[in-house]
Amino acid sequence: MLVSEREQLRTNIERRIKDFGNNRSALIPVVQEVQLEYGHVSEYVMQVIADILQIHPVEVYGVVSFYSFIGHKQKGRFIIRLCRTLSCEMQGKDRVARQLENDLGISFGETTPDGNFTLEWVNCLGMCDQGPALLVNERIYTKVTPENVHSILEECRKVFGVHTLQAKETLCKLPTPAE
Amino acid sequence: MQITDTSRMTFSKVESGTGLRKALNLSPGEIIQLITDSGLKGRGGAGFPTDLKWKLAANVKDDLKYVVCNADEGEPGTFKDRVILTFFGELMFEGMTIGGRAIGASKGIIYLRGEYTYLRAFLESKLAKRRKAGLLGKNVLDIDGFDFDIEIRMGAGAYICGEETALIESLEGQRGEPRNRPPFPVNTGFMGHPTIVNNVETFAWVPCIASKGAKWFHNIGTEKSTGLKMFSISGDCNHHGVFEFPMGITIQELLEKVEGTDAKAVQVGGASGYCVPASQFDRTIAFEDVSTGGSIIVIGPERDMLEVAHNFMEFFVDESCGQCTPCREGNEKLLEGIEMLLEGRCSMQYLRELCSLGETMQLASKCGLGQSSPNAFLSIIQNFKSEIMGRTSRHPAGILNA
Repeated sequence: MLVSEREQLRTNIERRIKDFGNNRSALIPVVQEVQLEYGHVSEYVMQVIADILQIHPVEVYGVVSFYSFIGHKQKGRFIIRLCRTLSCEMQGKDRVARQLENDLGISFGETTPDGNFTLEWVNCLGMCDQGPALLVNERIYTKVTPENVHSILEECRKVFGVHTLQAKETLCKLPTPAE
Repeated sequence: MQITDTSRMTFSKVESGTGLRKALNLSPGEIIQLITDSGLKGRGGAGFPTDLKWKLAANVKDDLKYVVCNADEGEPGTFKDRVILTFFGELMFEGMTIGGRAIGASKGIIYLRGEYTYLRAFLESKLAKRRKAGLLGKNVLDIDGFDFDIEIRMGAGAYICGEETALIESLEGQRGEPRNRPPFPVNTGFMGHPTIVNNVETFAWVPCIASKGAKWFHNIGTEKSTGLKMFSISGDCNHHGVFEFPMGITIQELLEKVEGTDAKAVQVGGASGYCVPASQFDRTIAFEDVSTGGSIIVIGPERDMLEVAHNFMEFFVDESCGQCTPCREGNEKLLEGIEMLLEGRCSMQYLRELCSLGETMQLASKCGLGQSSPNAFLSIIQNFKSEIMGRTSRHPAGILNA
């Protein structure tokens, strides 16, 4: 039988909500998983979640727009979040930021046209003793310098290469509790 | 230099399991009495007496109660909870279990901030091991009828969710907007049930107190602020990292230990804390003097204080939840004011108005974020006026040069 993408999406979401217990408190874990899998929470997804949880879609939108790690705009495969708070600023985050913009050709808040990288500011990553710090998806990099920005980006780009699956495996292989 | 030396911390000297066993041999009432004797206060920074919180929750009759661990460490300059989660997670789990026993809860929730997602799998594996060892689950340590399990829930990048009622809203699947209080979470918390929300470090101290005795803890520190505290040190000093000091340490003593004595100011308590100028380095770090959740940012002599204030105000404008007007609009105005100062376009008259706006925000905001966001601004204006007024242009090197 031919299953449309939307139907597939709906079953996917239904299953997840059921896993989390079919109540309002499931909302955030579910949108987090959707965000992780699809890179954004579309209007259609919000409508589906609202239908299942029997709440108004505006309430889902309210939640999606509130949290900075969840959003309705499509983001890149790699979201680079650079810490902008005081300790990282004192350790030179501005130069790292400039180099990231130069290497990616985009400004903060933008996504590269190929949909691979998104550049964002983030507030305190809790790495103040080892700044400047940045997150690439869930992975943390500390003591970043303008000259090693390139190698971080290259590490991500490797994932697009021939052995995509394998590379993805190594890049996502966590936890690496810092220190 | 990086010298977080965990082997010298009290946490590493307390054998995991001993505190839990000792505490679970006591009745719930005795556990709370133990905490009362120790004088433990909330380590997140607010300093609310832990025993009182637990007692209030224990006294409410309800079949369902919750123990929530606040691991939404978002305060700029704070990273001690990350270190505790990484190295001493066991102690935190034990503290939560003891808390569950004390108030009669069977469910614990760790609200872990989204930025620490990389710690999740690591913590989950530790929880699984504890379940296997009979330290979590049904009849913990074979105590009949004491069931307790812990679940991890992820935050999604919102500083405000470190506020306990906002955290509960977030757990319930809402926007993380603080609630009106009362009712307090100890009565009406997660899903309307009694809930205690404590910081990671608070929970980690509980098994230490159970193991080493309330007297040991009470004898350290000052009368009103007892015990030891973990400090996150960053900024212009030689030793960065997490250090354990007794409460009541003076700022000068602390700076000597981390080798940052030439500092011109120390930001105590992160963005929402106070900026203490060099002339006041004899003040103590304690709940009754300068309070902190652990964040200490040393600001060296060559830094531009106005850029410091600018960084913090940008932070608050970004993180205000937008629910109440003083905070939503006030922070914007203060940031605008700082930008005017940076460009040298601010009259003394307008600066006074901004300060009075800051004071209004401290009084009129709904939650701790808005009440404390003007702190850094006001203390910097007050103590560094000579550096701030009448600038000719913004320095191209930003925060580096005065």
